[in-house]
Order: sequence, then C-alpha cells, then structure tokens
Amino acid sequence: MMETSVQYAWIIAILPFIAFALIGLFLHRWPRLSAALSILAIGIAFLISLLVSLAVFSSEGNLVYEAAARWLSMPGLQVDMGILVDGLTAVMLIVVTTVALLVQIYSLGYMHGDPGFASYYAYQSFFAGSMLGLVLANNFGQIFVFWELVGLASYLLIGFWFGRNSAKEAAKKAFITNRVGDFGFLLSILFLQILFGTLNFNGLAGEIAGYTNTGILIGIAILMLAGPVGKSAQFPLHVWLPDAMEGPTPVSALIHAATMVAAGVYLIARAYFIFSSTPQALLAIAVIGGFTALFAATIAIVQNDIKRILAYSTLSQLGYMVMAMGVGAMTAGMFHLMTHAFFKSLLFLGAGSVIHALHDEQDIWKMGRLAGKMPVTTWTFVIGALALSGIPPLSGFWSKDEILLGAYASGHIGLYILGTIVAFLTAFYMFRLIFVAFFGSGEGGLKAHESPAVMSVPLVILAVMAIIAGFVGSPLMNNVFAHWVSYPGAVHHNPSLGIMAVSSLVAVAGIILAWAVYQKKMVDVAAVKTRFNGLYQLLYHKYYIDEIYQWLIDHLIDGTAKVLFWFDVYVINGLVNGIAALTGMAGQVLRYTENGQVQTYAMYMFAGIIVIIGLVMMAGFAIVL
Amino acid sequence: MNWPILSLTLFMPLIGAIIIMTLHREREQAIKYVAAGATLVSLILSLVVAIGYDRSLGGIQFVESIPWTADLGVTYALGVDGISIPLLLLTTLIGFSAVYASWNISERVKEFFSLLLILITGVMGTFLTTDLFIFFLFYEVVVIPIYLMVIMWGSSKRVTKEYAGMKLTIYLLIGSAFLLVGLIALFVQSMAVNGAPSMDLMTLAQTEFSQSFQVFVFALMAFGFGTLLSMFPFHAWSPDGYAGAPTAVSMIHAGVLKKIGGYGLIRIGIMILPAGAQVIAPIIAVLALGNVIYAAFICLSQKDLKYIVGYSSVSHMGYVLIGIAALNLVSINGAVIMMFAHGVMAALFFAMIGNLYEKSHTRNVDDFGGLAHQMPRLATGFMIAGLASLGLPGMVNFIGEFTIFVGAFSSFKVLTIIAVSGIIFTALYILRTLGNVLFGPRKEKWDHLQDLKGPEMVPLLVLGAAIIIGGIMPFTLMDLINNGVGSLISQAGLMQIGGIL
Repeated sequence: MMETSVQYAWIIAILPFIAFALIGLFLHRWPRLSAALSILAIGIAFLISLLVSLAVFSSEGNLVYEAAARWLSMPGLQVDMGILVDGLTAVMLIVVTTVALLVQIYSLGYMHGDPGFASYYAYQSFFAGSMLGLVLANNFGQIFVFWELVGLASYLLIGFWFGRNSAKEAAKKAFITNRVGDFGFLLSILFLQILFGTLNFNGLAGEIAGYTNTGILIGIAILMLAGPVGKSAQFPLHVWLPDAMEGPTPVSALIHAATMVAAGVYLIARAYFIFSSTPQALLAIAVIGGFTALFAATIAIVQNDIKRILAYSTLSQLGYMVMAMGVGAMTAGMFHLMTHAFFKSLLFLGAGSVIHALHDEQDIWKMGRLAGKMPVTTWTFVIGALALSGIPPLSGFWSKDEILLGAYASGHIGLYILGTIVAFLTAFYMFRLIFVAFFGSGEGGLKAHESPAVMSVPLVILAVMAIIAGFVGSPLMNNVFAHWVSYPGAVHHNPSLGIMAVSSLVAVAGIILAWAVYQKKMVDVAAVKTRFNGLYQLLYHKYYIDEIYQWLIDHLIDGTAKVLFWFDVYVINGLVNGIAALTGMAGQVLRYTENGQVQTYAMYMFAGIIVIIGLVMMAGFAIVL
Repeated sequence: MNWPILSLTLFMPLIGAIIIMTLHREREQAIKYVAAGATLVSLILSLVVAIGYDRSLGGIQFVESIPWTADLGVTYALGVDGISIPLLLLTTLIGFSAVYASWNISERVKEFFSLLLILITGVMGTFLTTDLFIFFLFYEVVVIPIYLMVIMWGSSKRVTKEYAGMKLTIYLLIGSAFLLVGLIALFVQSMAVNGAPSMDLMTLAQTEFSQSFQVFVFALMAFGFGTLLSMFPFHAWSPDGYAGAPTAVSMIHAGVLKKIGGYGLIRIGIMILPAGAQVIAPIIAVLALGNVIYAAFICLSQKDLKYIVGYSSVSHMGYVLIGIAALNLVSINGAVIMMFAHGVMAALFFAMIGNLYEKSHTRNVDDFGGLAHQMPRLATGFMIAGLASLGLPGMVNFIGEFTIFVGAFSSFKVLTIIAVSGIIFTALYILRTLGNVLFGPRKEKWDHLQDLKGPEMVPLLVLGAAIIIGGIMPFTLMDLINNGVGSLISQAGLMQIGGIL
C-alpha cells in the first residue's frame, strides 16, 4: 500500500491549486470557508506526502518513481508535466507541506480580521501548489514554470498590503531581481535543450555523463547558477530578500525563510549531475555561498528590526547551504535546508507572535520584558535560536556540523574557517536579539499578552521539530539522511569530534558575548558605535549595495530609456515627418501642372502609360533574367 | 460539412453591419445587441472550425472555392489550416470583446458599430482566404474603417487623433504598396513559369522561382509586412496610432491587424519564397532585436498607458520576427502562438486602459495609484494582461516566448541571448506600471470610479480565459499550429530544429 502511494504523488501539487481556483472564482466572499478549504487542501497534501515519504525512506532511497504527461511538444522540443519521486523529493515534500500547513493554521490567528483574508488564503494555496509542483518536477522545463510561479506567489504576498508604498516597492524589487537570475537559468535551459534534445533530469544525467566538452558544461552550470543566486538570495542578487519582509510575517516564515528561498538550493541538488561534473562551477558555488554567509551575518549584527535580523540570518544560512553544495557536501546542504526550514520558520512565527502582540512594533529596542508576558513565544523562540546557533543536540548543530565537516574534509580550509566565524556571528546576533527583545529592560513599556492557541500550538510543534529533526542526520541514527539524499560518487566523511567541539564552543562564545554586552551591559554599545562609526554605518547600510543598484537603475537604465525615446521621437519620427513634409512640398510645386485643360491631362496620362509599360517590360525582363 | 461555415463566420459581422444600417440611429441598445450577436455567432462558428479541423488529415480544410475572375486566375477561395485557425480564433475572440469594450460609446453609435463590424470582417478575410488577390482585397478593406474610426472617435493627447489616423493609414498604405508590387511580380512570373494565371497560394508555393527573384520579392514583402508588424525602424506608426485610436480600434489593430504582417511573412513569404526567406531572414533577425530591446527601453520612459502598451507591442513583435527569421519548425510554431498570445494580451490591456480612461479621462500613470482599492476587478484585468506581457508561465505568452527562444537559439546564438534579456526589461516596465497604477495608498480623488460590471466584464472574462487556458493547456493550440507549420516547413524544404554546436 505504501509503495503504491508514490503513484498518487501528483495529487499533492494539484490539491492546493484546486483550492486556489475555487477560492478565486467562487468562495472569496466567504473568508472562513476559503481558509478552511485552503487548510483542508494542504492538510490532505501533507498526509499524502507523509505516506509517499515513508515509502521512499523505508526503501532507504532505492524507491524511485517517475511519470509524466505531455504538455508542450513538437519535433525538437518537449516539455512534460510530470513527477519524479525520490529521496530528495520526499525530504522536500515533508518540509514544504509541514511548514505550509502550520503556517496556514497560524495565519488563522495572525491574519484574523484582515479585509483580504480570503485572498490571503488563495495566494497561500497558489504558493503551496506551485512549490510542490516545483519539488515534484521531473524536468527543467517544468521546474522553470513552477519556479516562476512561486516567484509570482512571493510577489503577491510581499505586496499583500498593497496600500503601503514600501510593500509595493518590495514586491516589485523581488520579482525583478529574481528575473535577472532567471535570465541565466532560462539560457541554461535553452543550451540543454539544443545540445541534448531533452530536458528530463534522468535523460540529461545520462547524456551529460558521456559529454566531454567541459567548456560548454561550465558555461551551462554558471548560467544555471544565476537562478539559485536570485531565488536563494545569494550575493549579488540578495537585495530583495530583506525588503521582502514587508509581507505578512507568516509569509516570511513560509516563503522567505523555509521553502521558496530554499528552492535555489534544491535546484542545485537536483541538477547536481551537471554541477558535480565541473569543479570550476562547484568552486564558484562554494565561494558565492561562503561569501554570502559571512557578508549577511555581518549585516545582521547591527540591524534593529526583528524581521530584518532574521532575514539577514536567512541569507547567511542559505549561503551556508550553497557553500555546502559547492564543497561537494550536497547531502549536508539538503540536511541543513531541512533543519533550517523548521527552526527558521519557528523563529519567524515567533517574531510574528511578538509583532502581533505589540501591534506591529518591529524594533527590538522598543520591546523587552517579553519573557514573562509571552512565555510560550519566548521559550520556543529561544529553542529556535539555540538550534540556529548550533548548540548540541538541537537540529542545527548536526546539520551545520556536517557542512563544516564537508568543507574541512574536502580541503577547503578557508571556507571551513569562514563557516566557523559565521557560526560565532550567528550565535551573537541571535542572542543579541533575544537579550534585547525578550529579556531587556523594556523601557518602551509596551503591553503584550500571549498569542492564541492557534498561533502558539504551531510554535510548539515547530520547536519540537527544531529539537529532533537533526537526529536523522546524526551518528545517533547512523546518518540515515545520507541514504535518502545523495548522489553518485558522494564521499561521506566520518564525523570529527574536533570539528563538533570547535563549532559548539564558538557558538557558546557568541551567546556569552551577547549576554555580556546586552544583558550585563559590560560594554558601552553606544561608545563602540561612535568609536567605529564608519564601520557601523557601512554595516547598518548593508554595504550601500541597494544604493548602488538604485543609482544604476536611475541613471544607466532610465537614462538610456530617455535617450532612446528622444531618438525615437526626433530621429526616427523626424525622418518620417520629413518625408511627409517633402511630399507636401512636391505637391505644392506639382499642383501648377494641374491647369484644368483636358488636353494637358491626356498628355500626362499617355506619357504615364508609356513609362509604366516601359517599367513593366524592363522589370519583366530583369525578372526573367 | 457541406454548408459554407467559413463564409458564414467571415460574413456574420458584415451581415450585422448591414442590419445595423437599417436600424434607426436612436435604437442604440438594439444596435449594440446586433453587434454583439453577430460577433458571438462568428466566435462560436470559429470554435466549431477549430474543433472540427481534422488533425490526422492536416492540410487546408473547410475549403470553399468559387471562380471569380478566371482571366486573372482569381478565385473566391477560403480554407484554413493549423496556422490560420489560431489567428481566426484571435479575430473572433477580440472582435466579440471589442464590441463589449465599446459598450459605453454614446456618440454616433450606429456608424461606430457598422464600421467596427466591417473592420472585423476585413481582418478575418485575410486569414481565411487561400487566394493572394482576395487576401490583398481584404487587407485594403480594413484601411477605410480604421481611418474613419480613429479620426471620429479617437482621442488627442501627445499627438492629435487626426495625425494618428493619418499616420496609421499612410503606413498601412505604404506597406500595401510594396505588397502590391510583389504580388504583381509573383503573378507575372508564375504565369511565365506555369503558363496559366493563378493567384492560389498553394499553386504559387509549388511554382519554382529563381533565387534572385525570390530574394527580390521577399525583400518587398519583408518591408511591407514588416511595416505592418511594426518592425524596427518602421514602427513609428504603432505607439502614436494606438494612442489616438478609440479602444476597439486599438484592440483590433494591436491584437489582430498587425498579425496580418506575421501571417503574411509566413504564409506568403516563407511558403512561396523559401530561398528568398533564407537570404533576408538574418536581416530581419537583427532588426527584430531593435524591436525587443530598443522598444522595451522606451517603455521605461513612458507615462501614458497607451504609449506603454504601444511600445511594448513593438517590443513583443520582435519575438515574433525572430521566430519567423529563425526559419525552423520550433521557432515558427513559437511565432504563431506568440501572435495569438500577444493579440489577446494586448487587446485585454487596451480594453482595461480604455475603460479606465473613459471613467477618469486620463491615461497618465502619475495621476493614478492604489486603484486596486476602488477597482479590484479592473486591477485583476491589468494584472492578467501585465503578467502575460512579461511572459509568466501559466499564461499563453510564456509558451510563445519559450518556444521562440528554443527555436531561435538553434539558428542564432548571440542574437537570441540578447533577445532573452528582454524578459528583464519587460518585467521592469510592466511591474513599474502595474505598481504605480494599481498599488500604493488609496487616492480619494478616484473614489467615485465604478469598478467593472455587467458588459464591461466581458473583455476581461473572454480574453483572460483565452490567456490562461492557452497557458495551462498549451497543447490545445500548439498541436494545431505544429500541424500547420509542419507541413509548411516540409513543403518549403526548411529544416526542423538542427544540431548545432
């Protein structure tokens, strides 16, 4: 029974789409019914995903199922809509449906009373369907289709409160930045189709194994990498993700922390047969990921908005995953994707609970003393932060350790050190947040109360996951995760106690430093800020990258646009009007020939006929020749 | 099927126009219902044709043939295949929607709807006939209603409606002048080769023309049809013309009429003159790049909604031109479905803009903002058109772009890569426009605007459904198109997608 369940995996992606269509077309007048339908759809999808994943996991990743229906086909191009179920898919199915279900339940409380309640659930369903379609895809064409659709869902949900200018701008920025990445991704798909005549993953894996032109392969891999750099917000296309926090917080938890932004990492894993065949592309991936991890972490330590801190943390952690992919530790990267999905969505939902209680206050310095007023939120948040910081035996510890081990054992010592520094920074900025917002003096004096059960129960469930989800990839369970998700030729390194000890120690050090600075106030933060003002400003303004891009758009792109419009009006149109004026002038001159005498007209006509006959004869002659 | 279904489809709007002419001018409701009824029957018949077309048989079907001027080899000949059916559907879908988009017209109602219906028949005729002369005849028929409608019901903004009408008409005529020369040359030369006069496209396609002759005539066609398709740098009529034209004319012109250019290039150009096409195609491809990138940039600097869609339409025609110029099965398939896709998208865009302009009397982006508060349905229409325009999957436009990219990439590497970058700039100007018009804080000065309701919903529902159904189930259209283009390709002796690199 369990084995046959994989044949029905396509239903998982269809259900949310049905909910979306029904809400959009008929039910949007009834918000509660809309929400119920949406949750029902994702709930059933979750149960089927559970069955499918158990079937795959119990076969130790040997069970692979593929099926497809013809979608767009002609001689020379075929794009199917299909499903490919293997260990990688199964992990993603569990992650996506679990978090989506919990977020949708949580949103019942968070979005309560919002005028757009029904559309919110329509968009949520649309997102869930698209994301699951992406995860289940068996070819690059399909993955691109859903890749764009999750982008649309993200656009709609970032701009959900469209009355705010900031939300409008953030949504646009997210879509366009992603488009830049998709440009590369699309080109890589064109290359694959033209070179190999198929877009099917398994078909391509076979073709590429025997392909020897490494130059072209590197090109394809680098172009394809642009996709994940956009979607997973890696440097230099990271700028959209922090702004995406304009969306409702449950959306940030689901789309901009746990699932959609991880799609880039998933794509790299899915297309690992391409990337792993070119060491140059792998190195590029590792460097981009490692750099983003460090870059974002440094920004996170000076931000004051609770969601922005978490957003930069997400950037940094995505960088970690990408780096893992680059150092050959694909399994570790996917493992971290899974654990991160749980603890980061927990952190975002916790932040949402705080924001909800404080009536949309997001500045951590205006919070404080929340621990007593909101115990469930506080302690689940602390669990999430401990998991993120990599404190054993929580889930983040195991996955982060696998990545550091992968970097170290594959000889990327520089990246290993970098990863360790990031681990320290992560623990520091997370506990800076916690000591200020939850245990601070609370001078703002804001009133707060614990959120309703519909919000706190998902927090507790995610907290449990944040604690235990890591065991599947730990030596305690013989690292069964590596059997589920792997690739041909993967090297698994034995766990190193030394690396575990170092990473745990730096995490603890980060927490202690945050405690000393922000709880015990052993250091005067204001004085440090003034002392290193230049550095502080640089970090606070995110290295001014947004400003640079804005300048380029305003001057380079819009400037070119103005020049070209001028050219169109005065040169191209000017020529047209010039010809018209010339014709008019000729008419002015020629009208003197119209003297009203029939004989003159007859003469013109006769002359005209002779000319025409002559021309036709000459033309005919020339044509026959 | 023995009854002349194509003639019925074709002349239904004309019959409607004649009925309207007999009605009293005060009976405005009756006039509108006649127009709606005539175009609806036409739409249903065209769907019957699309479903009834036998794909296993292929070729030209539903043939009707009545000899007309035997001395010149002219026959009133109708027939459709996989290339013309999508364009027939496009015409009837947009024709029906255009009637509803003009529902609030109150000035000279009788004349307006008669001319509109004549225009629809004229455009449709070019796609249905298999005779070159009849094709040209229908093409000329459309000029008259277009000119009258623009100068009578148009609007004057950056340019006056008189200027716009004149520009549209003169460009149409210049295109047709070149076409006429090419047509006469074809006729004369085929008579020399075959010994008998014929204007039948299939007969002409089987005639062997010398390569230099083909290059000469194809160049004329490329200029004539290219101008109609707003090929760079002969696109200047398009933005001004659309801006000056009334909504229904913008819809039909941008949606269907300019597609006659693409259809002609494929049906007459490539099918009859394949050797000429191969010589001229690279030039078209380079100019097409001008369309895609140059026009997309200009969109960024525009403030008038109609200019944005006008230049955007120029930009999208670049994809069609590249698809045609790449001369392989996949790329031409893409070009045909792209013509359909762009047609429904542009018509929807113009319908929404027209509705908004009617109520607000402005089209300037800066005047708007936050309209989604007051007009959620209109906002939905704008969103669907906009997302289709930027090639989002799930919309039929994505199918067009993707197929063209794959096809074109096998013929032109660098050109295609540059053309693909158009997806970024398109997203930039579309999302900017949508954002500035629909989103942001509520503006109280627009609180009096009524959202779409009743007849105003028809364009949104019909065209929106076409965009989304075509996008979710591309095989419905693509199998048909592939059938038609496949036989054209094999007849013209062109390649299927080739192995390069």
